[in-house]
Amino acid sequence: MTQTINLTLKVWRQGGPGVKGRLDTYHAENISTDMSFLEMLDVVNESLTLDGKEPIAFDYDCREGICGQCGAVVNGRAHGPEKGTTLCQLHMRHFSNGDILVIEPFRARAFRVVKDLVVDRSPLDRIIQAGGYISVNAGGAPDANAAPVPQETAELAMDAAACIGCGACVASCPNASAMLFVGAKVSHLTLLPQGKPEAARRALSMVDTMDTLGFGNCSNERECEAECPKEISITNIARLNREFMKAGFFSNAR
Amino acid sequence: MNWLVKTFSSSIGKKLMMAVTGLCFIGFLMVHLAGNLTVTAGGEVFNAYAAKLHSLGAPLLVMEFVLLALAVVHVITGLYLFYRNVMARPQRYAVNRNAGGRTLGSATMPYTGVVILAFLVIHLTNFTFVDKTGTTIFQIVSNAFQNPVTVLFYTLVMVVVALHVSHGLWSALQTIGANHPKYMPVVMAASLIFAVVVGIGFGFLPIYFSLIA
Ligand code: HEM
Ligand code: SF4
Ligand code: FES
Repeated sequence: MTQTINLTLKVWRQGGPGVKGRLDTYHAENISTDMSFLEMLDVVNESLTLDGKEPIAFDYDCREGICGQCGAVVNGRAHGPEKGTTLCQLHMRHFSNGDILVIEPFRARAFRVVKDLVVDRSPLDRIIQAGGYISVNAGGAPDANAAPVPQETAELAMDAAACIGCGACVASCPNASAMLFVGAKVSHLTLLPQGKPEAARRALSMVDTMDTLGFGNCSNERECEAECPKEISITNIARLNREFMKAGFFSNAR
Repeated sequence: MNWLVKTFSSSIGKKLMMAVTGLCFIGFLMVHLAGNLTVTAGGEVFNAYAAKLHSLGAPLLVMEFVLLALAVVHVITGLYLFYRNVMARPQRYAVNRNAGGRTLGSATMPYTGVVILAFLVIHLTNFTFVDKTGTTIFQIVSNAFQNPVTVLFYTLVMVVVALHVSHGLWSALQTIGANHPKYMPVVMAASLIFAVVVGIGFGFLPIYFSLIA
């Protein structure tokens, strides 16, 4: 049997970048507990539209937890209160009838609010452009297993590669630091033989870009690890620190 | 040398300076605690330890200047990082909730740090930069701890120091890249144990002095 619940929402409404915003109150009624959080917002938006009001702007794409496009802070928790879950995969059965939900955009100096809950996360793309790639000349595909990779190393690289670039680590960090994201990206490439040749330049350039974009400094609060929907570990931040030190003090890269 | 400046002025470089200077202070705390605990063997032993320490002469002076330099780096970098981190989120959240990573120690680092700084100034004027002619260090310290307010103040500040190192020790190791899945649980436990030892060890000293004097 499908259950329904009624909720009070306090949603951040902001007309555009740089303009003043505020929390507005809405009532979400007869919400099926089988719905996802975004479907609940769809229902609210439908009634807003029918009333001739501006619907709440929020970001999404896949709605299956793999693209990293969705995200908001619900009652102080990025992607809501469930561990290892994106906002689109968060189901309303985790809430109770009568709950009051404060919904805010991901907040950081580096993430400009575009509208309501939509933020501009292109600074993360700028960090990727600074070094989150490998350079190879295209040609015939190399033999499989030409470059052997130990199973454990492949697993570590795959775990880091699970990062979907959602920015929840930045949103949940008390310092708005992007170190978990950068740690994941650097680890994912640097652990594998294809990523090794550019490892030093990558570490220096990605950290430098991260710093200039206005992200905060990591102080090992571990909130990112607790909130990351892909449960990326802070061992990746320690690896980034090692890679950065190796590159800064012992490599020829500058 | 441009590369050296660039490496240290990056966010990770600044953290590295915090970690290395912080670890040096942790080493200092251990030596200082061991030295102070000689008082449990009696006032003469404590005085003898102090005399021995000061008879080192020049090397001691060098160590003191090194500590001062480390403190300048730790304090200035720490306050600058704190300022930058506040600036990194100009619009705060209406609702703040902990997801389980933050601890009391980690959330209060800048504040406990400032308390320690203020304490250091008072502590040095109390016991280091005083006229020691015709008296002993044991006498000076015992006299100071005749005042219950001083005892309470010193003991409370030692709890603050314990809080600072409870996050500081493991955090510094994470910063220098020493995170290993096999050892991290041990490192976390060691941080907590060290904090308790520092809190109880130093916190007990003022009370002990006030009792035996
Ligand atoms: C006995 C004295 C002290 C000891 C043993 C100590 C130790 C440490 C250690 C080990 C860290 C961790 C570094 C890292 O996370 O990489 C740290 C961080 C910090 N300390 Fe201290 N410290 C002392 C005094 C102070 C003072 C006087 C201040 C300043 C006013 C201060 C401010 C800070 C701040 C703000 C941080 C956090 C930096 C960050 O992670 O962004 N500390 N301290
Ligand atoms: S590390 Fe986790 S929280 Fe940060 S961007 Fe990647 S998936 Fe999102
Ligand atoms: S919409 Fe793709 S991860 Fe949520």
